[in-house]
Amino acid sequence: MSTPLITTRELAKSYALGGFTVHALRGVSVDIAAGEFVAVMGPSGSGKSTFMNLLGCLDTPSSGEYLLAGDRVSGLDSDALAAIRNRRIGFVFQSFNLLPRTSALENIALPLLYCGVSGEERDRRAAARLAEVGLAERGHHHPAQLSGGQQQRVAIARALVNDPVLILADEPTGALDTLTSCEVMALLQQLNAQGMTVVLVTHEHDIAEFAKRVITFRDGRVIEDRVVEKPQDAVALAAQLREGRASDETQGGEVPA
Amino acid sequence: MNVLASMRIALRALRINKLRSALTMLGIIIGVAAVITMIAVGSGAQSQIESQIKGLGTNLIILMPGSSTSGGVRMGAGSRNTLTEEDGYAIQRDVPSVQASAPTLRGTGQVVGGSGNWSTVFYGVTPEYFEARNWVVAQGKGFEAADISGSAKVALLGDTVARNLFGDTDPIGQIVRIRKVPFTVIGTLEKKGQSLMGQDQDDVILMPISTARNRVLGQGAGRLRTVGSVSIKVRDGENMAEAEAQIRDLLRQRHRIQSGQEDDFTLRNLSEVLSAREESSKIMGLLLAAVASVSLLVGGIGIMNIMLVSVTERTREIGLRMAVGARGRDILTQFLVEAITLALIGGLLGIALGVGGSLAIGRFVGWPIQLGIEPVALAVGFSAAIGIFFGFYPARKASRLLPIEALRYE
Repeated sequence: MSTPLITTRELAKSYALGGFTVHALRGVSVDIAAGEFVAVMGPSGSGKSTFMNLLGCLDTPSSGEYLLAGDRVSGLDSDALAAIRNRRIGFVFQSFNLLPRTSALENIALPLLYCGVSGEERDRRAAARLAEVGLAERGHHHPAQLSGGQQQRVAIARALVNDPVLILADEPTGALDTLTSCEVMALLQQLNAQGMTVVLVTHEHDIAEFAKRVITFRDGRVIEDRVVEKPQDAVALAAQLREGRASDETQGGEVPA
Repeated sequence: MNVLASMRIALRALRINKLRSALTMLGIIIGVAAVITMIAVGSGAQSQIESQIKGLGTNLIILMPGSSTSGGVRMGAGSRNTLTEEDGYAIQRDVPSVQASAPTLRGTGQVVGGSGNWSTVFYGVTPEYFEARNWVVAQGKGFEAADISGSAKVALLGDTVARNLFGDTDPIGQIVRIRKVPFTVIGTLEKKGQSLMGQDQDDVILMPISTARNRVLGQGAGRLRTVGSVSIKVRDGENMAEAEAQIRDLLRQRHRIQSGQEDDFTLRNLSEVLSAREESSKIMGLLLAAVASVSLLVGGIGIMNIMLVSVTERTREIGLRMAVGARGRDILTQFLVEAITLALIGGLLGIALGVGGSLAIGRFVGWPIQLGIEPVALAVGFSAAIGIFFGFYPARKASRLLPIEALRYE
């Protein structure tokens, strides 16, 4: 068997909080292979977000090991972690985190700004990614001029722009309605089908069912790690929802005021 | 990330809060404008005094007769006829540190010539006078030895006299009547401008000293050839006090003054007065610049304040930039460039305002103004330095945020 993309060994994180020590993560050992689609679940305080932050190199573990594609990440300095975030990981956040008053294209090109890509090349790659998420004509729109779903698609394009090995999505559907959530999940499933490794944090069972594997956290430990036998098809579900909505609207139109 | 990209990001960030950026800049604008204006006014005043000293000759000693007493009433310096033309020549001859000694007769009178007449002052001089008082012949020629010995009726006109009598026409070769005596104009003098006391130094006619004595002032030959004053120029590098002492010794000897008796002449050295004035104007200029610098400092603190607010407001943006790969130093550069941009734009506007204000003061208040490239360069350098100095702390604060905490910041 080849080296897993992600390997954690007894990964732990504790904070000092007002004289108490909070153990957010108490020794997590997980392997995630390249091409997997993993949903991380658990109630709030279960440690799933902490786990996610460690995987994303946004935070450093108190103890334990984390290897990304065989390279030891734990123990690197902040500049080296920034380089890993820049080149190997793409983030998708619940609140999109797009820069306001900045065009979609410039938002997508943001990671390229920090790895010395020339202006022309930045524009070219940002435009290509924007087309991939189906918003080619919206390149010069500002986030405020885009719907929630469109903003999240721009954010996904930004995550993809530097050809990462891993997409980390932290509650990517938390701020979206059901249909839009389905559409975003469809996009993630499509990326996964093309070979991208996706790790998704969510507390919604519906959303977790789109993934191929679900890891459940409680009190800083993994309590369940299961393979989803038959993941939901987001494209089909979205089409179904759209149909339902359309028929609702037609019915609504027939009811006299 | 290159500087140009940082600059663009900075400009965008500043545009988002236009009013706030403008108000922050205002501090720098006022500070820089104040510094430039104050330096312009200060150095203008200083250079005016310097040019007056230069015009006068920094190493000029004026020798005048002493005071006379008439019936117990002292008449003041210059009222006695103790100084002679020969005294002037003796100083030239016997005091080695003297470069030029020019005995001078002074008179006033009506001058008729060209298209009008004019009341002015005339001086009977020797060729040394030009050297002693820094006069330059603008057009035509100066006096020759033959003019002096032969009491030639030739004259040089100061700029004001020439303009009042002849307007734009060439006065050289024309005849002017000074106290009804006809003179041929052989040249004009280069313009000197106002004296320190506000007198027009160009309202003057020069003629040979013998001509003035014999033909205009009407002192007959054979009488003691007294003069009103002697202008003495001391050689460059010579000690003024020593030269004065030598001149004093020589004159006391020539006038047979016993030791213990008072001098019958007065020696004046005007450059001392002027250098005192220059000193005080220098101090004034420094004071003004110091006050202006304080406003620049206040402007800098304003920038720091706004940058701190900006860092707090944009914590999430910082978090996001870090999440997508910005290193601490990228964030530091971004905020530093923003602060410098703010300070530099303010500085440039301040320069425009300062230069405009200086010109306005020169024009409407009438003060002498001197605008140099140095204060402008200083102001630009200063505002950039303020940007760096006051921008560094907020920028460093931003660069040290932890990505995860910055991202979660509400």
